[in-house]
Amino acid sequence: FFSSSFVLIVQYPDSSRPQFTNSPTMIVMVGLPARGKTYISKKLTRYLNWIGVPTQVFNLGQYRREAVKSYKNYEFFRPDNEEAMNIRRACALNALKDIANYFAKEQGQVAVFDATNTTRERRGVIISFAKEKGYKVFFIESICDDPEIIEANIMEVKVSSPDYENCDKEEALEDFLKRIECYKTTYVSLDDESDRHLSYIKIFNVGSRYLVNRVQDHIQSRIVYYLMNIHVTPRSIYLSRHGESELNLLGRIGGDSGLSSQGKKYASTLSEFIRDQAIKDLKVWTSHMKRTIQTAEALGVAYEQWKALNEIDAGVCEEMTYEEIQENYPEEFAMRDQDKYRYRYPKGESYEDLVHRLEPVIMELERQENVLVICHQAVMRCLLAYFLDKSADELPYLKCPLHTVLRLTPVAYGCKIEPFYLNIKAVNTHREKPVNVDVTRMPEEALRTVPEHF
Amino acid sequence: MRGAGRSNSTDPDRTVCMTNCPTLIVTVGLPARGKTYISKKLTRYLNWIGVPTKEFNVGQYRRECVKIYKSFEFFRPDNEEGLKIRKQCASAALNDVRQYLTEEGGQVAVFDATNTTRERRETINRFAEQNGFKVFFVESVCEDPDVIAENIVQVKLGSPDYTHCNTEQAVEDFMKRIKCYENSYQPLDEVLDRELSFIKIIDVGRRYLVNQVQDHIQSRIVYYLMNIHITPRSIYLCRHGESELNVRGRIGGDSGLTARGKEFARCLGQFMHKQGISDLKVWTSQMKRTIQTAEALGVPYEQWKALNEIDAGVCEELMYEEIQQRYPLEFALRDQDKYRYRYPKGESYEDLVQRLEPVIMELERQENVLVICHQAVMRCLLAYFLDKTAEELPYLKCPLHSVLKLTPVAYGCKVERISLKVEAVNTHRERPENVNVHRTAEDALQTVPAHL
Repeated sequence: FFSSSFVLIVQYPDSSRPQFTNSPTMIVMVGLPARGKTYISKKLTRYLNWIGVPTQVFNLGQYRREAVKSYKNYEFFRPDNEEAMNIRRACALNALKDIANYFAKEQGQVAVFDATNTTRERRGVIISFAKEKGYKVFFIESICDDPEIIEANIMEVKVSSPDYENCDKEEALEDFLKRIECYKTTYVSLDDESDRHLSYIKIFNVGSRYLVNRVQDHIQSRIVYYLMNIHVTPRSIYLSRHGESELNLLGRIGGDSGLSSQGKKYASTLSEFIRDQAIKDLKVWTSHMKRTIQTAEALGVAYEQWKALNEIDAGVCEEMTYEEIQENYPEEFAMRDQDKYRYRYPKGESYEDLVHRLEPVIMELERQENVLVICHQAVMRCLLAYFLDKSADELPYLKCPLHTVLRLTPVAYGCKIEPFYLNIKAVNTHREKPVNVDVTRMPEEALRTVPEHF
Repeated sequence: MRGAGRSNSTDPDRTVCMTNCPTLIVTVGLPARGKTYISKKLTRYLNWIGVPTKEFNVGQYRRECVKIYKSFEFFRPDNEEGLKIRKQCASAALNDVRQYLTEEGGQVAVFDATNTTRERRETINRFAEQNGFKVFFVESVCEDPDVIAENIVQVKLGSPDYTHCNTEQAVEDFMKRIKCYENSYQPLDEVLDRELSFIKIIDVGRRYLVNQVQDHIQSRIVYYLMNIHITPRSIYLCRHGESELNVRGRIGGDSGLTARGKEFARCLGQFMHKQGISDLKVWTSQMKRTIQTAEALGVPYEQWKALNEIDAGVCEELMYEEIQQRYPLEFALRDQDKYRYRYPKGESYEDLVQRLEPVIMELERQENVLVICHQAVMRCLLAYFLDKTAEELPYLKCPLHSVLKLTPVAYGCKVERISLKVEAVNTHRERPENVNVHRTAEDALQTVPAHL
């Protein structure tokens, strides 16, 4: 995609961002059932996709459920059940085939092979496969012997699995524990000596300790850093925009104006809301812009300012109304509608740039517990897209209205989201994608979806 | 940056608080395992990202105390006199650590010593607990005789301890010194030390054991330590070739190269080719002038938005004369504190350092790299490699058409400046004498370099 200010320059097609890795990477999970492998697989995949690395999970359990339509009981997993072993081996090979296809035909860069992979033999098969195809391999092993954590895992994600549709919780728990025993007899952990040439991270007891061996490249280094920063302690993240601003009222984008009177009302209502939530050790973050700072001030608690949370820089379009943008830069306006995620305002930023600058914020959010982030429309869309696993196409159109707090609480493999509209009227600042995005369109077509303003 | 950290945690302009209480980083390991190398490098990195950090090398305290080093016998575990002195030195160092962290605004202190016994580490833990410091251990374990030998050659032979010896004598003595520590060495243990926060670096980074990371700063330290390496390599830094706006004395913008700038690009290509580097990576910003410069090299290059020149906001594409005319107050404020000053709707050098941090991290991971960037950006990168303060950084000389070759050596960086003999305008504006907001235009413009 060429922004008009680069029209004279020849760009190497893939060099618009630093290359994280040259060859595709297979991330291979290792560990007994209920050790968090799928949790890690999904979370890591969500993160890598958000930072722009096309990643997909290949969950062996799903392949098995396709092959064996109905699950009877743990006996399927007994190590002496030859028929089942054959089916499971065939499933693994199918998954590997799909991975090869993902890399070769679908421009995938990272594939997460989510399975127990608890025997040296199985890992050997994967390593040979990867070597033959020229893929890098990075193992993630999760080791946990705390029975409380394991039971909590089982209750949270296993008893509701399709395998246990027809069982009650107690039956499911009992069967699953027997399933785990089936794996224990043949489980060989990654070994310091015999596996010293492999690249891997071993995670002990949900992150109190890590063993990292032979990190090969940038993407593996980023993955290790991410894994070492995530935790499973229950907490909530509150996302909100600043209160309505003076420029919001005028329908102007960007700038650095203060709160309108409605905006100030929101700030004090937000303060009451937060107090009522009675959140333990809440951290409050704002950007460096007046409107978020003024909103936080009303809370009467300490807050931290992040420049990285500043609103998207609209460059030459800063402080313009959409009508003015249409009048002064009709072509730019159309190109933005054509690809809102990648489009960069002249002398400004794109959503893609925003994601890049928000990455340290996301990393710190992962480290923290209860946090309230007071930010801006485009910024909030990017953060929300990370938590709710939204694509680059959906992200720039996520609805983040003024005066609404979103509470995100991690649950099972995802995030529960609860919106709280604090009942203080504000203008609408959400512009939908118009039907006509062609550069030859009429002004009326371009401005059809512009929300009302003074 | 040294001098850029703030000690007042209620300052509303403070960037994100890295940690609540001060942190004591404690190295652990036999001699010649890279502890001082790691200490100095980590200190340099933390200061650059704005965390006031200082290292305390117990060996130096010992040299103060025992003016002349005779032989390894000083370190014999049965040398009571020696042990007494060494314990005193460790205490003196810890005392200075306390002062630095509680009275001098320090946030991180790196206690660089062998700390090879559990007893010594317990003493340090107690000290930290009494003073409200967090402790993070960094242990370096290495048994590769080649690595150890190389260490000794690079940094021990030149030590003040061995000025009076020849190479063979020094090596022999040092090996015996290491032996003195070996018998009582108790490495950090997964089980016995499971309550401690630490990273164990094995075989110069092949493997890491990370235990109980407590907070953000420890997480960043671990990430940094896991990305650095000691493979010999060079980093080449240069600016884009002279640009159209350069010759007109205008700052910022996104103009193309002048004819001289294009000539520089060609010479740069020839120069790099002659350097004969295998696997050279070339990085540019996303601005025309660096891209055009790289194009002339005829090799693949990667564009980083993070390498874009500092955003001068409302002053973009203005001449200094125009800035003085339209924004005389801003102009003076910038001269008063060039590191922290942020152009209205633009950036400060301090902002630049923050956005360049991922570039530095990736430079640490890489081997031979040529970075084609911009004046302010190059000053920030150079300040990192040469450990310059926040005060010095914005005035580092980074002229057009010259390449800096940085090669890590011993505990620092060797710098070679190569001028490619293609004329270019000077874009370096020294700090004027008068930085007062009431100064005359003449005083303000005294140091502006000549232009069309």
